[in-house]
Amino acid sequence: MSVEAAQPADFAQPSYLDSGHTIRSWLLTTDHKRIAMMFLASITFWFFIGGMAATLVRLSLATPDGLLQPDIFNRAFTMHGIIMVWLFLIPSIPATLGNFFVPIMIGAHDLAFPRLNLLSLYVFNLSGLVVLYAVLLGGVDTGWYFYTPYSTLYSNSYVFAAAMAIFINGYSSILTGLNFVVTVHKLRAPGMTWSRLPLFVWAIYAVSVVMLLATPALAMDMILLGADRIMGLGMFDPSRGGDPLLWQHMFWFYSHPAVYIMILPGMGVVSEVISCYSRRPIFGYGGMATSMMAIAVLGFFVWAHHMFTAGISIYSAVVFSLMSFVVGVPSAIKVFNWTVSLHKGSIIFDAPMIYAIGFILLFTIGGLTGLMLATLAVDIHVHDTYFVVAHFHYIMVGGAVSAFFAGLHYWWPKITGRLYPEAVARFTALLTFVGFNVTFFPQFVLGYLGMPRRYYAYPPQWQSWNVLSSAGASILAVAYALPLFYLGWSLLYGKRAGPNPWGATGLEWTTPSPPPEHNFAVTPVVTLGPYSYDPEDGSYRTQDGTHYAL
Amino acid sequence: MPSEYTVEPHIQYASLEHQGDSAQDCMWVFLATETVFFGAIIFTYFLYRVFYSAEFDVAGKDAVFWCGSVNIGILLTSSLTMVLAVNSGAQGRRRAMIWWLIATMALGFIFMAVKGYEYYQDFTDRVVPAVNFLMKPEEAPAGELFWDFYWIATALHAIHLTIGLALIAYVLLWRIRRGEITPEYYQPLEVIAIYWSFVDTVWLFLYPSIYLLGRS
Amino acid sequence: MYHWMPFWPRTAANTGHAINSLFVAELALSLAVLAMVVGMIASFGFVYRRGSAASRADLTKKTWHFEIGWTSATFLLFLVAFIWGSYVYIWAYQTPPGNLEIYVVAKQFMWKFEHPGGQREIDTLHVPAGQSIRLVLASEDVIHALYIPAFRLQRDVIPGTYETLWFKAERPGTYRLECAEFCGTQHAHMDGAVIVMPPPDYARWLAERGIHESLAEQGEKLFRARGCSGCHGANSTVHAPSLVGVYGTLVHLQDGTVRRADEKYLRECILNPRSFTVAGYPPVMPDFSGQLSEDDLIELIAYIRSLNSQNAGSAP
Repeated sequence: MSVEAAQPADFAQPSYLDSGHTIRSWLLTTDHKRIAMMFLASITFWFFIGGMAATLVRLSLATPDGLLQPDIFNRAFTMHGIIMVWLFLIPSIPATLGNFFVPIMIGAHDLAFPRLNLLSLYVFNLSGLVVLYAVLLGGVDTGWYFYTPYSTLYSNSYVFAAAMAIFINGYSSILTGLNFVVTVHKLRAPGMTWSRLPLFVWAIYAVSVVMLLATPALAMDMILLGADRIMGLGMFDPSRGGDPLLWQHMFWFYSHPAVYIMILPGMGVVSEVISCYSRRPIFGYGGMATSMMAIAVLGFFVWAHHMFTAGISIYSAVVFSLMSFVVGVPSAIKVFNWTVSLHKGSIIFDAPMIYAIGFILLFTIGGLTGLMLATLAVDIHVHDTYFVVAHFHYIMVGGAVSAFFAGLHYWWPKITGRLYPEAVARFTALLTFVGFNVTFFPQFVLGYLGMPRRYYAYPPQWQSWNVLSSAGASILAVAYALPLFYLGWSLLYGKRAGPNPWGATGLEWTTPSPPPEHNFAVTPVVTLGPYSYDPEDGSYRTQDGTHYAL
Repeated sequence: MPSEYTVEPHIQYASLEHQGDSAQDCMWVFLATETVFFGAIIFTYFLYRVFYSAEFDVAGKDAVFWCGSVNIGILLTSSLTMVLAVNSGAQGRRRAMIWWLIATMALGFIFMAVKGYEYYQDFTDRVVPAVNFLMKPEEAPAGELFWDFYWIATALHAIHLTIGLALIAYVLLWRIRRGEITPEYYQPLEVIAIYWSFVDTVWLFLYPSIYLLGRS
Repeated sequence: MYHWMPFWPRTAANTGHAINSLFVAELALSLAVLAMVVGMIASFGFVYRRGSAASRADLTKKTWHFEIGWTSATFLLFLVAFIWGSYVYIWAYQTPPGNLEIYVVAKQFMWKFEHPGGQREIDTLHVPAGQSIRLVLASEDVIHALYIPAFRLQRDVIPGTYETLWFKAERPGTYRLECAEFCGTQHAHMDGAVIVMPPPDYARWLAERGIHESLAEQGEKLFRARGCSGCHGANSTVHAPSLVGVYGTLVHLQDGTVRRADEKYLRECILNPRSFTVAGYPPVMPDFSGQLSEDDLIELIAYIRSLNSQNAGSAP
């Protein structure tokens, strides 16, 4: 298949997995690829812990009176939110796939600051330990947004511990973001101009900008919350001059951009996958890159759409509604561009592609319902109901988690040097799609019927929908557990992968699978943009200019 | 005193200059995050000040004006000595660089001493919320909020200053002593100087907010 | 009107109909967009599957035309939805003076409803159909939210201030009422019912509750007992603003700002008088923060409102 190997010298070096076999060489590594793998281990662990919390919630909701004690239920959904947001979704793609591939995709030998990268891993794991500490003490029951004054004055749970855990976790995000921004600014290989960057790199860059500008506000929020809680300061206590709504503004100022942190990297992955499995350039590269940056910036101006019923001024609500619609425009552009990227392609439905197409469909549904929520009058009815829960799970789980699995499968051969079993993976991808919809679509109905969120019990007439949702959750649980098994199997028994099993065009596919410690023996010179696929004759060119026939 | 120590850039960098540029880029980006961090609390403080201007004016009168004012003079001077240190480093005047750095550290320590004395005064004045606080009737109930912000913001500032002092100590005792700071490559010093100026800038915002507003 | 849709929840108030129409329009539009995306993916996926004979020649190079096209169309549709939604929101949330005012106090984990005639109910709210009902919402502790799905209406109840909500119920019946903001352990059981009755039945229900002192009468007692009449009463020698006819008027404060004297303003004056000293008056009013419960405040405010009717021509 290949006409010439681009980097013959690379193939003589040991892979990153083989350079050093001691525990010390892993725990004190500065290799971005090893750090990415350690992050992968951590976030996988947290995905399953957060998933167990979700299992408790859905099991309990199968009956109208609830199976769990209310206090336990309240802690379960809160811990589910905290763990999934900060210990899984936010780091998932950036700290694993981003860490692994951004340097290679731009032709660099490592990230700009490898030791900061290692620090980010340890800070992340420390925050996880503090979360475990909070859980073992008894957990938090305030909901992941800690609304005051319930969280500061009334809750009998470990708010301070949780706040400190999140504060620490924020620094992991900030360090990661710092590293990516400077890496993309300064370490691009010769010829790798901004307009030749793969869309995954653009996505990671956009996400890093958001992480850097939003997370410090979260850090300050947690300091104020923790101080108020532990010292009884009364900053959010109306009887002492405080304003409960101020907390909401400060919290959402971070947390709305945070949701864009959770989806932008997935958008980058989907662009890579769709291009490769359609064998054609992505439609409208410029629009795709610009729209991701636009989402990153505009995402800072919409936070009060979480507060439409909270008593903010009617006219400010109108402004925030308009901005929320405006931020939907770039997302719509992306959905259309991805769809049209299938036109005149040469499409193959391998597992990454099934996950990517699933992403487009589920993200579209999530996004359309997001527009309904941005519509002020509709939000009056569905705010704080299961409609919102369904909306954000469509984006974060149907979208971001599907994209994560798409990327994990797509890059699996590069990361591990092994091919995963395609048939099982395809089945799992389809099962995920089915299980997801059975779990979350009924929640849209429940929300419009008027079932509020965070309810451990509900009137019996809503039971059928809840049971359907819980049944779907069990399918989803199987679909999420399966990759552990077959990907694990592939590590031992999977077919060994060549450097470019999918015939993709990024620089990462010019290195061996897995790559050596410093990625390239000689810094590559880039002469082409990304996605130089020619669907007419099936040939393609990697970004260093090497031409490959079908 | 080693004079021919050669520093190699790390493998991901094409040259020392490349590495130094990246370090500077990093510090500026990091300071953007710090701006949002301190900006959040300063913004919240101003929000409450607008709601409760009368109470905040009353509360603010107990702030120890001379301490805050002396401290801004000290910090501004320390920024000057820091810049002089970097200039000396860039020109290869090693002894001058070391002495200017020591001067900067000394000024930093004086700041902390004055701040420590001020905190002691605040304690005896009973303006420490949750620890030793006496609410005056004219400032009830929101006057305590002024002090909440005062303590949190100045404590965070002091922590950042301490980190700055540690960084100067590091560059003196580690990098300069090993001769790694030369006119060809003095980026670590430059980066620390940028950070130090930021710590100074934060005080430029805290000082008028705490000590000047309402005091007329 | 939409009851033919499967699983469609009942609609029983004017706000509900407006919101229904908007939602159904958005639902229809969303289904159309989704169908288009699904259709395109399915057809492209089939026609351009690997190995199919379809031509891949002449890939579109100038993508801008399409992108500008679908971006503008999208944005226009968004603007329509935004304007429609804002219009209904402003109408639904700007509470007009109602035919009937009911005070609501939320606390963990129950709702107290206080009718102006002094009738009190817990967790159940009786209202007459066909009249504009104005609710004044107060919380004794944390943030709650009053949510009536059949009216498609909810509003957060924030401690330390008042929110208002209004509706006109059309169809007599019993409708679920819930708390929609997480407030603690029994948040899921902070529910109740709104019972909409034809006006004669409502009047009969009020009468059946027994003769009560109205809220305003209870407020007058409190006004004297707490010493308010010492300064604000008709025979007072202290220079204090008169409260007769003040409700709903514009008040000029010492710091130059102007406020409308609604429930929220009156509450703030009672609890934090120093920040709301009226221009031309000495700042000597003692503050009552911590001494009055939400119920007390509601009674006082109801009394102050009733002083308007003693002063002809002072309506806002």
